[in-house]
This record gives sequence, structure tokens and C-alpha cells, in this order.
Amino acid sequence: MSDTVASTRARAVDREGSGRLPSIAASGWGRAAVETKMFFREKDAVIFTFSFPIILLVIFGSIFQGELEGHVTVSQLYTAGLIGAGVMSASFQNLGVGIAVDRDDGTLKRLAGTPMPRSAYFVGKILSVLILSVLEVAILLAVGVVMYDLNLPTAPGSWLTFAWVFVLGVTASSLLGIAVSSLPRSAKSATAVISMPFVVLQFISGVFIPFTALPEWLMRIASFFPLKWMCQGFRSVFLGEAGASLELAKSYELGRVALVLSAWMVGGLVLCLTTFRWKGRRDG
Amino acid sequence: MNGTAVSVRGLTKRYGDVRAVDGIDLEIGTGEVFAILGPNGAGKSTTVEILEGYRERDAGEVSVLGTDPRHPTRLWRSRVGIVLQTANDTAELTVRETVRHFAAMYPSSRDPDEVIAKVGLTEKARTRLRQLSGGQRRRVDVALGVIGDPELLFLDEPTTGFDPEARRRFWELIRGLSDDGTTIVLTTHYLDEAEALADRVAVIAKGRIVAEGEPATLGGRASAKAAVSWLEDGGRRRIETRTPTATVLELTARFDGEVPELTVTRPSLEDVYLDLINASPDSEQRPS
Repeated sequence: MSDTVASTRARAVDREGSGRLPSIAASGWGRAAVETKMFFREKDAVIFTFSFPIILLVIFGSIFQGELEGHVTVSQLYTAGLIGAGVMSASFQNLGVGIAVDRDDGTLKRLAGTPMPRSAYFVGKILSVLILSVLEVAILLAVGVVMYDLNLPTAPGSWLTFAWVFVLGVTASSLLGIAVSSLPRSAKSATAVISMPFVVLQFISGVFIPFTALPEWLMRIASFFPLKWMCQGFRSVFLGEAGASLELAKSYELGRVALVLSAWMVGGLVLCLTTFRWKGRRDG
Repeated sequence: MNGTAVSVRGLTKRYGDVRAVDGIDLEIGTGEVFAILGPNGAGKSTTVEILEGYRERDAGEVSVLGTDPRHPTRLWRSRVGIVLQTANDTAELTVRETVRHFAAMYPSSRDPDEVIAKVGLTEKARTRLRQLSGGQRRRVDVALGVIGDPELLFLDEPTTGFDPEARRRFWELIRGLSDDGTTIVLTTHYLDEAEALADRVAVIAKGRIVAEGEPATLGGRASAKAAVSWLEDGGRRRIETRTPTATVLELTARFDGEVPELTVTRPSLEDVYLDLINASPDSEQRPS
């Protein structure tokens, strides 16, 4: 048997392509394009992923008005928190459910049978998550500015903080989403299995309810997970120094934010590498 | 036959105490259309999935296009096409988008529009997969299986759920691929499908091959007893004989001409198949 791709058979078929195996980058980019296209064509997924944080921002911003200590408005607080929740929705929830569906409907099995490098699947997922997350954040900021007088920070330092919190948060949440996608037994149960912990996390991580209003044991639990730290990082950007006094530690603890999110990145990667299944449970 | 596409020796796979595949030997030549028949749970799909590189084996030697599928490389994957049993992926993409997407994964591929035409979906090229019928969806699966211009194509129960006309069209498609020189390994429940398509057939029952050969001669079919049947004294008469010509001559003489409602039949592939799988060894010792 020949080891070369160019087969010895005389074939009367037109062939396209370079004759070389496509690179991971090219394959990953192709996957990202297809993933994003499919996402926006599936109306339920779009609504499920995008509208939830936006609707909540509109509702909370309308119900709770007024100012907290240091001229921080409640809507500013919610904008920062819901950006954290929005990022996690576009990454953790979207991937957790989406990959469970891919495992169930044959996507993963079919891809595993092609010469596509397996890493291209993940590159595609993460690129499409980045696109969705940027969109989600942009919409939430627009709603905040237009409806609730949110003042966007002007200092470049704030946007730098925003950038690293965003990148670390998206990456950690994406890896966790990939890892958690192995939990649901089927696509049907995936939404329920993945959404439950996400909703709980939102309640205990300072998205809906100020973190300081929680009992101590809930604070301890929430401090273990990434969402609390993501929200804290985003508050430092949008509430500024004036809001620091509202924090439990009277500071945004940005060093700890970076540390915890990085730790989750490493942990999520280890979980992915050790638990990811290319097969559904039916496939044995 | 020029060369071997698939070679299997002593293939074994256990699930717990159950031996799903219990010592299978296979030799499939380049360019052959080879059908694997067998009842549900006989070990067909397990065998094929081991050949496709999807499943680990417990014992035995396997070579597919000269490579052990336990360690599939990307290059090897580009030479093997796989049509899975069921899939509902890329429901939101159109036929053309899907085929083009998969074409880009291969070092060199067939022309997507040509492949779409070949599976008879040109008119549906702009339709999303979600809106296709079951048979059309299956043809997309075949298009994706052959887009990389594979030397070897696996088809796992390709026509389950097809109406008779769609099956005939599908058979034409497979014959066309075979004429292009593609080696085809197909599992099926349908004996007429094996008979229509396959150069050779293997019958698997309880993890073992119980018969192998050309469809026309499988299980001694060609030389088996023929049944001669006719109408006499208002009742149906039937005898089984190895010399049906002599019987017919005898009857012709007796009736002095036309024998009423005369039929001479050899056992169908289905008769042979049912005999084979029911007579397979050690059926009572196996845990079920």
C-alpha cells in the first residue's frame, strides 16, 4: 500500500485541494465559520444564549434604581454583574449544551472519522465563543449606556483590566463548559443539567444579589467558582474606585481575580484532557 | 483482485462476559464490494467500527489499507470514507455548505457540486439539512463519505428506512462508486441488497462468520435441493429433489404436455441465510 496521498488508481474525477493535509489553523477557522453560522441560524439557541442577561439587565435596571455609597448606581452594579453572567452564558452554558448535543447527534463521531485534526474542533468552538462573547458584552454595554446612564471608563488602564478579565474569564469558562459537556446523558437533558449550576452560581456570585448580602457559607462556596471573580473584575472596571468600598475586602483584589481565573483555566484544561469523550453513551 | 484492502485475523471483542466478536477472519480485495450480513447484535457493527478505527479490539490482527486502525493517522483517515448508521448533525447548514465544509478537511477532494449531483441532490443543494427527508439526509451522508475520494468506503446499514424506489436509486449510486474503483464494505439487514450489490458476502452470527462466498452460491445455494411444485387432483403437490429436470420430464410425460401451475424454485438467499443463522454453533451456551 502506498503511503502517499496521490493514489495509484487512475480515476476520472476532478480533484480539488493542495494534496497536503490542511493545517490546524485552517481547519479550526473552517470550524469556527460553520459553528458561528449554525449558531445564528438556530433561533432558539440565539435567544437562549443572548437574551437572558439582556432581559435581566432591563428588568433589574428598571426595578432597582438609585444610588449606593460613593455615587455608584444600582444599574452600574447590574451591568458589571450581567457582563460576567453574559460571558459565562456564551462560553460555559453554550459549550456545555452545544457539545453534549454534538455528541448526541453524530457531529463528534463524524468529525472523528475525517482527517480533520481533532484540536480543530476545539479551536472552532473557542473562536465562535469569543465572537459571541464580544457581541454579548457590546449589547449589554449599549443597553447600560442608553437606558441606565452607565459611564464607560475612559482610562486605558481600566480597559486593560477589562481585556484580561474578559480573556481569562472566557477561556476558563469555555474549558469548564467543554469539561461539563460530558455530564449530560443525552442532548435532551443537557440544557437542564448545564443550566442548573449556572443559575445557582449567578445567585451566589453577586450577579443578582450583592455579594455582601450573602451568608458567609454561601460566600465561601461562591468564592471557589470563577463567576464571582469575573464579576468582581468587571465591577472594578465599571464602578471604579468609588465602588471598592462596597466590596467585602474593601478592594477589588485584582491579583486574586487573576489567580483564581488562571487556576480554573489550568483545572478546566486538565478536566478536558482527562474526561472528554468523542463518543455518546449509546456508542459504548 | 489486485491487492488486499482489508485483512482481519482472529478478531475478538468482549463486552463484559459477552463475546460480541469471537474470532473473525476476513480478507477483502481492492475494488471489491463486500457485504456483511447478520441479525441485530451479531457483531456486524462492532466489527466494522473496529475496522473504521472507532473501537478498540481485545485480540486479533487487523490491517485496513495497510494500516492498523487502532492507530489511525490523518493521512489514513483521508483514504477511508465512512457512512455512519444515523446522524442528525449540521441540521442548520445547507447541503452545499455541509459538503463544502467536509471537502476542506481532505488533502484533495472531489468537486462538491459534482458529488452533490452524483447523489441526486442538486435541486436540494440550497436546502438546509433539517428540511430534507430521511432518504435525502442519507444521501448527504453518502456524499460526505465519498467527498474525500476514498479508496475504501464503509457503509453501515445505508438503506434502513428507505422506500423501494429510493433503495434502487441508492444501489445505482453504490454501483457507480464501485465502477470508479472504490472498495466498498457494507453491512445490511436486507438480503436483496446484498444480492444486488455485493461481489462477496459474509454472514455473521453470534460473533462468528458462519458462511462466506458469492451471493449466488452462498451456503451451497446453487447446488441445494430444488422444490418442484404443481397442481394435481385439486391439490398442491410439492417434492424436493436434487434432479429437478428429471422430475419435470417425468411430470411432462405423466400429464402428456403442460403441467398445471408448475414451479421450480431454488432456496432464496433469505432461506439460506435463515438456515445459517439458526444453525450457528453453541447458541445455548451463550449468555444472552
